Amino acid sequence: MSDREEHDEHVFRLTRRKALKGLALGIGTMVLPAKDASASVWDSFFQKNFRELSRPERQKILARLEKEYSATYKKSVRVKDTPSPEGVLFGYGLDLSRCVGCRRCVYGCVTENNQSRDPQVHWIKVLRLSKERGVDLEHSEQYYNPATVPQEGYFYMPVQCQQCENPPCTKVCPVQATWKETDGIVVVDYNWCIGCRYCMAACPYGARHFNWKAPGLPAGEMNPETHYLGNRPRPVGVVEKCTFCMQRTREPDGKYPACVEVCPVGARKFGNLLDPTSEIRNVIENKRVFILKEDLNTQPKFYYFYSV
Amino acid sequence: MVPPPPFTEGIFPCSECHKEMRPNPTRRELKDEHADIQLKNHAEKERWCLDCHDMKNRDKLRLVSGEQIDFTESYRLCGQCHGDKYRDWRSGIHGKRTGQWNGKKQYLLCAHCHNPHNPRFKELQPMPPPMRPENIR
Repeated sequence: MSDREEHDEHVFRLTRRKALKGLALGIGTMVLPAKDASASVWDSFFQKNFRELSRPERQKILARLEKEYSATYKKSVRVKDTPSPEGVLFGYGLDLSRCVGCRRCVYGCVTENNQSRDPQVHWIKVLRLSKERGVDLEHSEQYYNPATVPQEGYFYMPVQCQQCENPPCTKVCPVQATWKETDGIVVVDYNWCIGCRYCMAACPYGARHFNWKAPGLPAGEMNPETHYLGNRPRPVGVVEKCTFCMQRTREPDGKYPACVEVCPVGARKFGNLLDPTSEIRNVIENKRVFILKEDLNTQPKFYYFYSV
Repeated sequence: MVPPPPFTEGIFPCSECHKEMRPNPTRRELKDEHADIQLKNHAEKERWCLDCHDMKNRDKLRLVSGEQIDFTESYRLCGQCHGDKYRDWRSGIHGKRTGQWNGKKQYLLCAHCHNPHNPRFKELQPMPPPMRPENIR
């Protein structure tokens, strides 16, 4: 009998007092976004996961974002949602015998993909490794700054998102704001991301980056040709990463990614892994190739190779 | 699509000056003109100007076979010795391509990146290193 009495104390009883308290809280929360009092705040607040959106819903969202960005950056900004092309699986090759470590790719990427200048966000990290040790990441150096490169006795290895076929980062996302598309590109829905940074912890390549502050992107330097899942301006508190420049590569006139275009030594190769005549297939079939941290079974589609 | 060969301004066509001159096939060091051109790290002991430049038609290059080729086809000349690089270049592994991964591409001639007389790739000034995390505010 005494047991029963004790148990009863823990049973939730809806009293008039509690109900009023709850109601007040509820109304309070709903009033919060109204401070900015614009319809677009409400729209983005109730926006669904990108993958659950219907065609008209997407169009509405893209139009809203274009309007917002165009006003912020004072130019006509385009936000595309070009889907994965049919029969394409993107692959990337990087020639370690050629890379001179000049970091042109790092800044080419920043410009193309609207990364924050201040605080600084770089999607590509160029590691300097000693020829004696080989690919020994423990002894890599990314802050090297000599007058000229390459330096005697060193080689250079740029690291960016490896677009894993088996990506650990997407599995840990508690809200499924990041996923792998059919062309192999791992993307983030910046409007759905809650900024928990689990994906950053899961990525073995350090390829994901967090916006601790609102990105500092000068209006004059903003690239107005954007993709919803790619280089559109990001809000504070979300994770971002390389998307193989999907705003360029997914278009029918399939331009090379910005890092390929800017590389002065032609060390960067890009193409369709499903096309047997592509440059990237040629590299894989004829050169000495390795993938980074193969033992983790992430199955990167970023192939480091030696052309000599 | 290929950009035109990287000539020093005003130097082409070579026949402009050479048509008045009598060709001298003797191997020698050039003193008056082209004194700045030095073969470096490129088999300078074994070769000299007329191994690659045609003696009779100054506006052409010359293959070992005697065939005359345009400067826009210089890769065939380079490919005579560097067959492996030539093959890689043709399949898009060696050298830089720009344009479309699934369509029209632009590529460069060997001479756009390698000075034919001194072909080693020139050192570059690197762009600034990333900020250390402790300095990012």
